[in-house]
Amino acid sequence: MIGIISYGAGNIFSLTSALLRLNIPYGIITNSSDFELYDRYIIPGVGHAGSAMDKLIKTGFVPIIKSLKKPTLGICVGMQLLTSFSEEGNSDLLSIFPIKTLKFTNSIGFKVPHTGWNRVYFDKGEKLFENIPAGSHFYFVHSYFIEYNNEYTLASANYNKKFSASIWKNNFYGVQFHPEKSGVYGEYLLTNFSKI
Amino acid sequence: MNPSGGLAKRIIPCLDVKDGRTVKGVNFVNLQDAGDPVELAWNYSNQGADELVFLDITATVERRKTIVELVKAVARQINIPFTIGGGINEILDADALLNAGADKISINSAAVRNPQLINQMAKAFGVQFVVVAIDTRLINKKNIVHLNGGRIPTALETIDWIKEAEDRGAGEILLTSMDHDGTKAGFDNQLLELVNKVVGIPVIASGGAGTAQHFVDVFTKTNIDAALAASVFHYGEILIPDLKEILYNKNIEVRL
Repeated sequence: MIGIISYGAGNIFSLTSALLRLNIPYGIITNSSDFELYDRYIIPGVGHAGSAMDKLIKTGFVPIIKSLKKPTLGICVGMQLLTSFSEEGNSDLLSIFPIKTLKFTNSIGFKVPHTGWNRVYFDKGEKLFENIPAGSHFYFVHSYFIEYNNEYTLASANYNKKFSASIWKNNFYGVQFHPEKSGVYGEYLLTNFSKI
Repeated sequence: MNPSGGLAKRIIPCLDVKDGRTVKGVNFVNLQDAGDPVELAWNYSNQGADELVFLDITATVERRKTIVELVKAVARQINIPFTIGGGINEILDADALLNAGADKISINSAAVRNPQLINQMAKAFGVQFVVVAIDTRLINKKNIVHLNGGRIPTALETIDWIKEAEDRGAGEILLTSMDHDGTKAGFDNQLLELVNKVVGIPVIASGGAGTAQHFVDVFTKTNIDAALAASVFHYGEILIPDLKEILYNKNIEVRL
C-alpha cells in the first residue's frame, strides 16, 4: 500500500482520486510512526519549493525520508525536494540527488510557467515507464526545473533546453509532470509505481 | 525539429454550468439543459481534449456549495487538468476550489474591480493556479476590456490590462474577443499575435471558432498556446479527434 506523505504543501484530492480510480490502495502519512505501515511512498507537492521544504522540516519527517529504502516517488515540487538546492527561495533541500532545481529563464517562444502537455523521452528501460511509448505527452505546470544529469535523469523533456522530466536513484523516483492529470499514460505510470 | 520542443498546442472545450448542470444557449439567452457536466467532461477527455474550462453562471446563494461539489465530482472522474471560472471574488472561493481538485481558477470582472486580487491569489496558491480571463471588444479602433460578458466597457485598454495582470502574478491569460465570439468566422488572430508578443505567460485564444481551419489558422498565424471553443464542440460540428489529426497533418504539435 502507498503512503502519501502529508506535510501541508498543496492539495492531494486529484492524486487520491486517481489512485481510487485505479484501485491502488493508499493511506495518508501524518505521523512518523505511520511510515512502517506502507511498502512505498509518494511525496506530493505544489507551490513554492522553499516553503514546501520548511513545512516538511516542521513535520520531523526529513531524517526518515532520507533513510527510506522502499520505493518513493516525488511528484512536481515533491520531486524537486529530493534535489540538493532550488533557486526558488535559494533553498537547501533533501539532497538525496546531488543535482539542482533551477528557474526557467524567459526567452522568446518559451513562456513561463511551462504549462501544458510536453513530450517525454526515456532511454533507460525502467519499470516506471513500462507500457508507455517514448515521446508520449505528459502534463506539466512549473516555473522551476531539475537540470539534466547523465546519471540521474530517467526521462527528459525539451523546453528551450533539455531538462529532467523524471529522475531515479536506487529506490527514489521523481516526476516533474503530474501523472494524476496526464491522461491514460499518467495512470499507467501510477500503476507501474504501485508494482515496483 | 519542432520549435516548441515538444510542448503541444492545447485544445480546450468550455462548458457553461448553471446550478450544477451544463447549459447551452446563445449569449446566455434561451438556456437549455445540456446534461451532466461530469459525463460531458469525461466524454471530452476521452476524445482527446487537453484541458477543460467550466464557466459557472449560477446566480443563487447556494452557488459556492454547488460548484465545489461539481469540482469534486469532476476531479474524481477526469484525468486531465481543468479550470473553473465565474463568480470567484475572494481567496476563500479559490481555496475551496483548490481543495476540491481544481487545477486553476479564472477570474475576470473581480480582477478588474480589484486588481490586488491577482496578487493575493498568486501569493496564496502560486501563479500556475491563476488564470486572468479578459473579454475584449473593439471601440474606436481600440481594444477595450469589457465586463459582464462583453456588455459593459471599462476604461482599460486590453494590452495594458494584460501586461498589468502578468505583472501582478497571472499565470495564464484567457482572451475572448467579443467581436469574434459567436460569429464562427475565426479567431481574432491579429489581436492574439499582438498580445502574444507582449507577454511571457501562456495565452488561450477564445471567440470565433467555426471550423477546424480556424484552429489551424490561429496556431500558424500566431504563436498562441491554446485555443478554446464551446458550441462547435457541444453541437458536434468539430470532433476533437478529427481536429487533432488535421492539426497534426499541418505539422502543429498536438497530443494524439
